[in-house]
Amino acid sequence: MILQDIWFFLWGLLWAVYFITDGFDLGIGCLLPVLAKTDEEKRIMFNSMGPLWDGNEVWLLTAGGVTFAAFPKVYGVMFSSLYSALMLLLFSLILRGVCFEFRSKVNHPGWRRLWDTCMFAGSLLPAILLGVAFANIFRGIPFDGNGVYQGTLITLLNPYGLLGGLLFLMLFLVHGAIFLSIKSDGDLHTRAARTAGIIWWLLLVVAVIFLIASALYTPLYKNYLANPMLFIVIVITVLALLGIKVFVTKGHFWKAWFSSALTIIGATFYGVIGLYPNMFPSSIDPAYSLSAHNASSSPLTLKIMLVVAVIFVPIVLSYQIWAYNLFKHKVTKDDLAYEEAY
Amino acid sequence: MDVLFLSRLQFAAATFFHFLFVPLTLGLSILVAIMETKYARTGEEIYLRMTKFWSKLFLVNFAVGIVTGITLEFQFGTNWSRYSSFVGDIFGSLLAIEATAAFFLESTFIGVWVFGWKKLSAKAHAFVMWLVAFASTLSAIWILTANAWMQHPVGYVLKNGRAELESFADVVFQGFAVLEFIHTASAAYILSAFFVMGISAYHLLKKQHVEFFSKSFRMALVFGLIFSVLEVVEGHLHGSDLAEKQPTKLAAMEAHWQTMTYAPKYLFAWPDQQMEKNSIEIIPIPGVLSLLAKHTPSAEVKGLKDFPKEDRPPVLITYLSFNLMVGLGFYFVLVTLIGWLKRNKLMESPWYLKLMLYSIPLPYIACELGWTVAEVGRQPWIVYGLMKTADAFSPIATSQVLTSLVAFILVYGLLGAVGFYLIIKNAKQGPNPA
Repeated sequence: MILQDIWFFLWGLLWAVYFITDGFDLGIGCLLPVLAKTDEEKRIMFNSMGPLWDGNEVWLLTAGGVTFAAFPKVYGVMFSSLYSALMLLLFSLILRGVCFEFRSKVNHPGWRRLWDTCMFAGSLLPAILLGVAFANIFRGIPFDGNGVYQGTLITLLNPYGLLGGLLFLMLFLVHGAIFLSIKSDGDLHTRAARTAGIIWWLLLVVAVIFLIASALYTPLYKNYLANPMLFIVIVITVLALLGIKVFVTKGHFWKAWFSSALTIIGATFYGVIGLYPNMFPSSIDPAYSLSAHNASSSPLTLKIMLVVAVIFVPIVLSYQIWAYNLFKHKVTKDDLAYEEAY
Repeated sequence: MDVLFLSRLQFAAATFFHFLFVPLTLGLSILVAIMETKYARTGEEIYLRMTKFWSKLFLVNFAVGIVTGITLEFQFGTNWSRYSSFVGDIFGSLLAIEATAAFFLESTFIGVWVFGWKKLSAKAHAFVMWLVAFASTLSAIWILTANAWMQHPVGYVLKNGRAELESFADVVFQGFAVLEFIHTASAAYILSAFFVMGISAYHLLKKQHVEFFSKSFRMALVFGLIFSVLEVVEGHLHGSDLAEKQPTKLAAMEAHWQTMTYAPKYLFAWPDQQMEKNSIEIIPIPGVLSLLAKHTPSAEVKGLKDFPKEDRPPVLITYLSFNLMVGLGFYFVLVTLIGWLKRNKLMESPWYLKLMLYSIPLPYIACELGWTVAEVGRQPWIVYGLMKTADAFSPIATSQVLTSLVAFILVYGLLGAVGFYLIIKNAKQGPNPA
């Protein structure tokens, strides 16, 4: 059914948009202890993502909500199988979310250190966990015909899963460092730009290993081999990845950020295309796998949700772009002086 | 302790905690938007100071409300996977629409509001707060529509081993959802009004910032009075709607065991589920329950004994929560009426100000009691008459749920402590000097 396929790719797209939006602020959170030397620099980092992080995170809820609405069975089996990982992710995001509001409300070094730690850990864990989860989905999850997961949190921490975690972390670090370069001035800007350039090399290495490991550990390439035209997605992703380096070196940071965003979309679709039509494959028996075709909602719900998505997603995108544009300036000392700043 | 019990405990803990922050977000966003609009229109400094002071408390509360809402959506998947598979076709789409149509608006524009003071004109900035208030209300509408469907499922057909959508309009426009929204929103507005009145009373008792807090108090008072009265009227309609749509819940709320005409309401009762009767019944007033539920004292009201034992909710909890909530509801009407009479001589009534200060927690309690009635009173069903709670939970390990439950208690405990500490600290500090 065509509706199921449309929703499958919309599902992938929503995850991709979540990764490019929240990805940069998770990256900035991870870089907090590395890049900021003073409290003022820390505050610049907080305020660089201050107006945007909350709207970014809603893409996660939307991706989750759409999984629930369009593929209820996937939603139930996926999230109960990945129970511990998902809880860890949510608690991280909770603690991280309140950092913004709490941190500057009390002027005490110990207080600020507490929320700086939460910001760092609350950004690092989600970045890695999202990668671990998706890599494991690419690989197949050990669940039985009743949707009961036959493993533990440790099962997910296999080498390929961890490699996926590392890949996401590198993607978000580069993405975040570039965004911080856009939003900061002086020493912090220089440091952020240099860091983006250095971590890019690590990203390149991890990405190459991941592309090879996927051939060894997952059936992702089956769809590509059946339809070689699809390899163009990988080519575009790799070109975007190379583009990041070119633009960072030239100091064109917005272009670098868009390249990095394109890399993240490409990486997501690299996996999504490889999975199709599966959404949550079982490693015990392929017959148990949940796919867009056997786990979707009724045609009526899919139709209604499509109308909702076609109307609202463009509206959301346009006011979010408006907000990004409103806050594209560099964060300065003036911004920090003002009362509501983080 | 089994997975079912732990999952219920966890969902209850997470929802009750989340709802400590939601009502204030719903109500205070409107009050702050009114204050800022007054500033944008008149240019009077005091309204700007009011906006800044009350929004500071609003934002701390908002942050905790937002982050604790995220876990709720995902818990349907993690802990209630069989429920999700069974009802996702309907319930899931309501949650997804909430995120797309409302939550984005709220989350994007709260950032614009906080950081946009210098970037937008005063009028545009005030408008952004209205957008935030509108979006939180819209969000509540979708979430409560989803909950209303669990209370009174409509517009579905049982097909392919699950509940599939048959009529979207039936689901979205059902009366139960409308009543539930009015009830919850009014409760939120009452809570916000009492919050503002209580903190204002604190400063008025200390005779500081008198003009500032008298204005704030009166503004909240109007709000509180209107919605306290509306809540009582709506509560009555809600009750008679239940008589028809959730008879077991209504019977439990009233500790009503025997089907009869001229059904009484007791001044006080102590239901005993085992013995299927009330071990204490004080002052039955005949016909009142019939009158409330069916609009005529001679009407027959179904008692709990007419339903199989396994289909009855926990009666004692439901009964006590309901009656305490109703008592509080009348208290809110009473004290806001007194406030209305005293509105121009607040400083002369320190006892009333003290009463209002100590009344801050009461609407919070009433809200949680209300949810207890709604959710415990619906048991043993997760979807009334359609799916039992015992058939809905995820097939996961007990240890996992136990671990996450402990984590919830620790993390939320920390959040609650810090959140309320910051709100109280800022509230006591008072507004910035003019």
